Amino acid sequence: MLTDGMKMAQLTLKNIKKSFGDTPVLHDISLDVHDGEFVSLVGQSGCGKSTLLRIIAGLEHPDSGDVLIDGQSMLEAAPKDRNIAMVFQDYALYPHMSVGENMAMPLVMARLPLYARLPMMRSITPAGRGAQPEIRADVEKVAKQLRIEHLLDRKPAQLSGDQRQRVALGRALVRDPQVFLMDEPLSNLDAKLRVQVRAEITELHASSGLTFVYVTHDQVEAMTMSSRVALLQTGHLLQVGTPNDLFADPANLDVAQFIGSPEINITPGESCDGKVTIGATTLPIALPTSGPVQVGIRPETISVSDAPGLGALNSAAPTQRLAFNKRLIEDLGPEVLIHGTFAHAPDSIIRIRAQKSDAYSSNGVLAKSNSLEVTVNPNQLLFFGADGQRMRPTTVAQKRVETA
Amino acid sequence: MTVSKRQQTQTRLAYLLVLPATLLILAIYIIPILFVFLGSLTDYTLVSDYYEFVGFENYRQMFGDEVFANALNNTFFYALLFLPGAFIISLVLAIAIQEQKQFRSVLEVLYFLPVTSTLAAMALVWAALMDSGQGVINNTLQTFGLPRVNWFGNEDVVLYSLAIISLWSIIGFNMVLFLAGLTSIPKNLYEAAAMDGADHPVDKFFRVTWPMLGPTAMFVAVTSSITAFKLFDTVAILTQGGPDRASEVFLYLAFLEGFEYFNMGYSAALSLFFLGIIFLFALIQAFFSDRNVHY
Repeated sequence: MLTDGMKMAQLTLKNIKKSFGDTPVLHDISLDVHDGEFVSLVGQSGCGKSTLLRIIAGLEHPDSGDVLIDGQSMLEAAPKDRNIAMVFQDYALYPHMSVGENMAMPLVMARLPLYARLPMMRSITPAGRGAQPEIRADVEKVAKQLRIEHLLDRKPAQLSGDQRQRVALGRALVRDPQVFLMDEPLSNLDAKLRVQVRAEITELHASSGLTFVYVTHDQVEAMTMSSRVALLQTGHLLQVGTPNDLFADPANLDVAQFIGSPEINITPGESCDGKVTIGATTLPIALPTSGPVQVGIRPETISVSDAPGLGALNSAAPTQRLAFNKRLIEDLGPEVLIHGTFAHAPDSIIRIRAQKSDAYSSNGVLAKSNSLEVTVNPNQLLFFGADGQRMRPTTVAQKRVETA
Repeated sequence: MTVSKRQQTQTRLAYLLVLPATLLILAIYIIPILFVFLGSLTDYTLVSDYYEFVGFENYRQMFGDEVFANALNNTFFYALLFLPGAFIISLVLAIAIQEQKQFRSVLEVLYFLPVTSTLAAMALVWAALMDSGQGVINNTLQTFGLPRVNWFGNEDVVLYSLAIISLWSIIGFNMVLFLAGLTSIPKNLYEAAAMDGADHPVDKFFRVTWPMLGPTAMFVAVTSSITAFKLFDTVAILTQGGPDRASEVFLYLAFLEGFEYFNMGYSAALSLFFLGIIFLFALIQAFFSDRNVHY
């Protein structure tokens, strides 16, 4: 019932604007979500991502703009008529109903006439009794798929967090929606369950083929689950692209800083006469304009020269050596984070993400000396102008980083 | 040995700590009730020093007395008039006011005003309004070509009149209780209901509002029932049980027997019967409030 019936669901947001009182929340948002796509709306709290989701659901009305599904405007349609299902952040399960009743709710509403939905009438009226077995069968089918068929008689209060999560998913799935909306569905789970449910949602997307719109503040969730990520900040859509696009080819400084963990290193530089200087180091990179620039260096792209085998560069790539003052080392297990500054650019704070090896030990290079030499690939540096917009070098071809 | 000694000290301390509360409950509730019960077994009157124990004679007299049956009848009939109004009107008002954005607080204050007034004084105002000759209500009825009503003089009408006054005084209070209950319903349940297709007002009410309001509704029902059985002040001030005992309700009868006819023993028996009824309501409330809480 989930995969059969070839339903197309192209979701289009056109110039959505929304203010609450005098506070603008969304500035002119346009976004296309293709059929079967998994699009995450990411951003810090207050960026407008939840409001945007609620506008798609029909729980909120935009001040201007349009929401289209398969080319049809949905603005006048009630939430139930949009063929959209939504999973709320705290699940919003009906606490007085059993799991089965919770999941049956959308079906009862859709299949029974009003008089048969009144209290007690469901078991008395022919319409109510007639629809009952079918509703039960549909609920059980979805419950089985989500492995909660043994919980159907329980109340939500008797369930654990991930079980409630599954019930909320089930309630959304039974109506066989075209578009599936989720508002931070993992935020109430502990870290271990989050990883597990994250994988389950990804599988659900793959097996159902539905169009998913997923709101989260967690870039890891967005990067791991999505076909495309839409990054929002203070009501502006900063960039839409595949997770790798956003990571390796950010449109501006905000995107570069939001995506990636640990965060991208930003160090000041100067663009002048076809060269970029960072402290005392000069790189042969020509930027379109002269003046101060901000140089972004992903922690993953830096390697430690003194410790062969540490770092991510292969020997064939062009390299640039930089002096580095180590401050402290964080051992994450399989890898280490090295904090410190570039010797010639004192206000830089750099984190290096390196593979753990023999160099990191009690008598290894890293432990012995605070002065290290690190190597970066100039092609992997990201340059941003004073306004935060990305500047692309005119001489050196930009090479994409394939590791995330 | 030391362990059990410590335990003993702790137990003693525990008893010491609950002692003040226990003494207060004994002094204020248990001992007086015990005295009322003992009094109900005597023929004690306020006008005579001499009394003797008569066993359950007062109770036997009570259940055989037509006056008692009449008072009980009046009380239940009054409660039947009063309770649906006190419950349904308050609930409808609360739901209507809750959806108001602009005037919510103004309306809340307006409906709550009667609760803050002294019912005894307001009873006199109502007496003036409902006066059969000069009353505003009768004059208004006449203007619209409707018959005048003898609000307090007609034995078929008087309980309705008293119910109207009591409703006026309690609706604001119940409404505030319901408003508190409505406000505590999570908003996202209504949103989930809207997504699920339950956006019709009837569905919203029966699927979300009513079940979530369960504990509040039970509380309002029980406290209103107790209020209904406590009807006394308006009767004492406006009708004195008249006309022809048509508004003689239970508590007024107990008052008459005790402080007008000085039959303290019999009055004590009536009071204990009343206490039993109230206790029953409290029991129902306690039983259901435990089962109806979802969170």
